Amino acid sequence: MLAEIGYGILVVAFFVALYSVGAAIYGDRKKSAAIVESARRAMLLLWPLITLSAACLIYLLVTNHFEVSFVYEVTSRSMPTYLKVTAWWGGQAGSLVFWSWLMSAFASLVTLRTWTRDREFLPWVIVVTSITTAFFIGLAVFYENPFAFMWFDKSGQVIKAMFQPVGSIPVPPPADGNGLNPLLRHPGMIIHPPMLYLGFVSFVIPYAFALAALITGRTDDRWIRITRRWTLVAWLFLSAGLVLGSRWAYDVLGWGGFWGWDPVEIAALMPWLTGTAFLHSVMIQEKRGMLKHWNMILIILTYALVIFGTFLTRSGVLSSVHAFAQSAIGPAFFAFIGVTFITSIALVIYRWPELRGETEMKSMLSREALFLLNNLLFMSVLVVCFWGVIFPLISELVTGQKITVGPPFYLRATGPLFAGLMFLMGIAPLSAWGHSTITTLGRALWKSAAAALVITVVLFFTYTKNAIALTGFFLIAFVLLVTLVEFWRATLARMKTQNENFLLALWTLVGRNRRRYGGYVIHVSMMLMAIGILGINVFQIDTQKSLSQGESISIGDYTLRFNDLKQFPNMVNGQEERYVNRAEISLFENGKLLTTLYPRYDVYPDGQPMTLPGLYSTLKGDVYVILVNWESSSASLAPFKVFINPLVNWLWIGSILFIFGILIAAWPERETELVTARSRRAHQTSAAD
Amino acid sequence: MGRMKFIIGGLLILGAVVYLIFSSTQASAEYFLTVDEVNAKGASIVGKNLRLSGAVVGDTIQYDPNTLTLTFQIAHVTGDNNQVEAQGGLAAVLHAAVIDPNRSRIKVVYNGPKPDLLKNEAQAIMTGQLGSDGVFHADELLLKCPTKYQDAVPSQTTK
Repeated sequence: MLAEIGYGILVVAFFVALYSVGAAIYGDRKKSAAIVESARRAMLLLWPLITLSAACLIYLLVTNHFEVSFVYEVTSRSMPTYLKVTAWWGGQAGSLVFWSWLMSAFASLVTLRTWTRDREFLPWVIVVTSITTAFFIGLAVFYENPFAFMWFDKSGQVIKAMFQPVGSIPVPPPADGNGLNPLLRHPGMIIHPPMLYLGFVSFVIPYAFALAALITGRTDDRWIRITRRWTLVAWLFLSAGLVLGSRWAYDVLGWGGFWGWDPVEIAALMPWLTGTAFLHSVMIQEKRGMLKHWNMILIILTYALVIFGTFLTRSGVLSSVHAFAQSAIGPAFFAFIGVTFITSIALVIYRWPELRGETEMKSMLSREALFLLNNLLFMSVLVVCFWGVIFPLISELVTGQKITVGPPFYLRATGPLFAGLMFLMGIAPLSAWGHSTITTLGRALWKSAAAALVITVVLFFTYTKNAIALTGFFLIAFVLLVTLVEFWRATLARMKTQNENFLLALWTLVGRNRRRYGGYVIHVSMMLMAIGILGINVFQIDTQKSLSQGESISIGDYTLRFNDLKQFPNMVNGQEERYVNRAEISLFENGKLLTTLYPRYDVYPDGQPMTLPGLYSTLKGDVYVILVNWESSSASLAPFKVFINPLVNWLWIGSILFIFGILIAAWPERETELVTARSRRAHQTSAAD
Repeated sequence: MGRMKFIIGGLLILGAVVYLIFSSTQASAEYFLTVDEVNAKGASIVGKNLRLSGAVVGDTIQYDPNTLTLTFQIAHVTGDNNQVEAQGGLAAVLHAAVIDPNRSRIKVVYNGPKPDLLKNEAQAIMTGQLGSDGVFHADELLLKCPTKYQDAVPSQTTK
């Protein structure tokens, strides 16, 4: 009964969403504030409705209603309650409801603000958010219904449907469910999808305002100012989602790395690339009134990639691009992306003349030119990623021969682009708006560049002779030095003029210019992450060997001795939850005992294995040992694979600093916003002279 | 004049990106082949990066845990998804390939721990090179069992 109620509410929500779209458009045409208000109220009703429907679904999940197909697929009796709740987004059908729920929450939040200054945007923001919500609810209602029951059709096949199809008989409720895949029962995996989704959904808000600006013709930077914080929040969650996913892969998948250039990973990375470019180029529009076309195109692309990413990350196993078409909801997704994308681009073309820059770009080294270059490089990385994903399809169409590209392709093609971005990160903050020359830039930068070169030479003699690594380290050192010197100089200046002590000066400096210094903190964090990424990609070494008890294996400066192996069932509520194989390994560095590691190999009752590495982690690098495939060996002989992942810890340290940087940048600062608006106006008058 | 500078700069970047993409594609392209295609092309593809897939023949799996050397044979399976569907799904196709004694096969050598999913009638997807002796030397070995195919696991779990 509850399943029917949950489904019924979802259907109602679908029509309410459609009503709010229709009423908003009609109200805008008729210039009737009352009808627009009705559309807004309808939209505000969506969140409570979807919440109710979701509550029904969660109740069914928690109380083992296995007659519901989705519940049967993603939960089982042995799962603890919190996992049954999180199973809501553990499968495709449920995650569609989850997406709509987040979308309606954010749309409601944004309409609760005061609209007096931006009345004309309101109907169109409602239209965009409600269409997006309606699309996701519609998918759940018509294609992937989380409340559907299972039936035997005439030929005895199990089919899923809400109401009894003609000639079918109900499947007797199964005694137990399939359960969530054990690999997904990890804290990182429980919060990773919601983080990504939060990031995806928050990007819809700036997109909605961008379209509202295009439709109403109010194409100044007002839409950007309103949504600046939404963009930062979206960026924060998307970044956190990517990092958490990487950490999960590192901890659970047991292949020694955290990023495999898998299409699913790339699908989540692509909106991050356009979003990051957008984040940078909106500053140019705010400060100089330029790059307006760019900003529109970037946010439209981000929205399209968000929808695409949602589809790709939740469409199940994706072994090749061919899998797209095999999913039932694939065509619906592509149609939606196609229609929204073409409509948006048509609007940009329609408003093209109004989106012209207010000033012309003159100097190639001016800050706006460097920001444009930054945008181009981000777009180039995007093109590389997109090419890598679609290349198998193209090659098959053109030559009849399926050819794929793997991680070496992405590393080779994106490496120089990322190096270019790092270089820009070093020079752009010191270039001036409007006009910069080699001489002025050189004067500001040469000390940092020289110091970075010295560091690189030291590293050449003490650490590595690898050219790629040295280039990377030079750029990292350069950006870190430039950025830290910026902090240092501005703080010292403040100490002198304001008579403050160092900490107070630093505090007020950052507090008064949160955006600028938050951005610098983010740049520093990116460099720390780059150290980790460079470390694992350039210096990773691995070895493997089967060890009998007491035997050792050596790699780098380390020696690992296999002491013992314990095998026991892990019981939960009197039931065997999984069978644990746990090895005990002593880790020595140059003969000195460091620690004991416990790599594990767990097998779940359905045969699904899970490889948990033993990890010794320092700032210098990680020793990552896995016990591979217990089944094929005897108790006295176990195969191990050992990785040395130098410097990888800096990636996680950088990630934490990164979040801190975004919080600084996103913290409300009313004062300076007014100041920049005023100074911009002043600038415009002077430009007009 | 000012405009020209930017256009030339833009073209230079575009050229660099196009070059990067094409040279990287050439350097790391992997040819997707079936067992039949490998046997047909023979010597012409020796040493190239290949991605080969087929059905694991259970009886032929040999593993030496001391040297971590794994050898097995795979039987030809079509690479066309529509044909797989038409023939009753992946599990049926893999089964048919393994029990058919006339199906072309190829020997695979892989150095490393034996993966859990390596068993009879699993689908093996490998990257590596074909040796001049006609043996496929796999650098990377991915396995899929049709029964697990439904699970919503990101595909990197198979590494």
